Amino acid sequence: MRREPVLRVVGKLLIPYMLLFALYVQFHGDFGPGGGFQAGVIAAAAVIFYALIFGLPAARRLAPDAVVESMVALGVLIYAGVGVAGIVLGGNYLDYFVLDRDPVAGQHRGIFWVEAGVGVTVSGVMLKIFYMFAGRGRAQPRE
Amino acid sequence: MMAATVLAIVLQRNLFSVVVLGGIYSFLMATVLVALDAVDVAMTEASVGAGISTVLLLGALYLCGGEEAKPLHRPWLPLAVALVIVAALVYGTLGLPAFSDPLAPIHVHVVPRYLNQAMKETGVPNVVTAVLASYRGYDTLGETIVVFTAGIGVIALLRRVRRGEGKQ
Repeated sequence: MRREPVLRVVGKLLIPYMLLFALYVQFHGDFGPGGGFQAGVIAAAAVIFYALIFGLPAARRLAPDAVVESMVALGVLIYAGVGVAGIVLGGNYLDYFVLDRDPVAGQHRGIFWVEAGVGVTVSGVMLKIFYMFAGRGRAQPRE
Repeated sequence: MMAATVLAIVLQRNLFSVVVLGGIYSFLMATVLVALDAVDVAMTEASVGAGISTVLLLGALYLCGGEEAKPLHRPWLPLAVALVIVAALVYGTLGLPAFSDPLAPIHVHVVPRYLNQAMKETGVPNVVTAVLASYRGYDTLGETIVVFTAGIGVIALLRRVRRGEGKQ
């Protein structure tokens, strides 16, 4: 599939917008539909699309395994870290009201970071699973 | 249309078309959810159900071949079990309040507070996000950990196989 000019051009045109849309869904989740789960999946889908068109090695260069694996853990740590931050600042676990002087702004900040954590973990897991499946399929015919 | 898709999935022996039909079913489900005003869920259904899982299932098909094996046993016992469960579930729905009944128990407990106070307490116009990330923060933390665990599980399972292959 690497020789297909139509797919390559269309892919190059679409992928930036897919990533942009993922960011939009991520950070606009407060106002419109969307949030970390959806955004993570869309971001992962953009990279998977890239892998399907340009081949798995190219995608692995774009998003190396080490990065993807650390994303899997990093997202959960961000989420749990927001909870711990709530304790440190004198509230309960996952209590957002204490994150800022204005409780509403604190809620906003807490939700923002929590959603970010969800997005990072989801996209990392999706990508990692895809790499695992695709990598096995790629390895077997060669042997 | 969804029923037709399900019938086609059941009758189809070629797994490739089953996967594609599954994606179509997910898109139909997403449109139903949009019609029910559950846009957040519809988005998840379209991207996860129709997008990622179709790709992953196709990847799995690539590994294990595209034809369904002939069943070893007659399916009567599983069919009977499934029918009994369907009957039990249908019987259960009889006790539910009518669709979109505003006086249903679920709508009079915490929902009014979420709908009326969410904007004031969290400053987030999308109530779904407010409930998901703030009121039900623990649930969502659990969900994230479930996703994390799934990823770790897949990594643990598939990586060991790959190392074994390398040794041979």
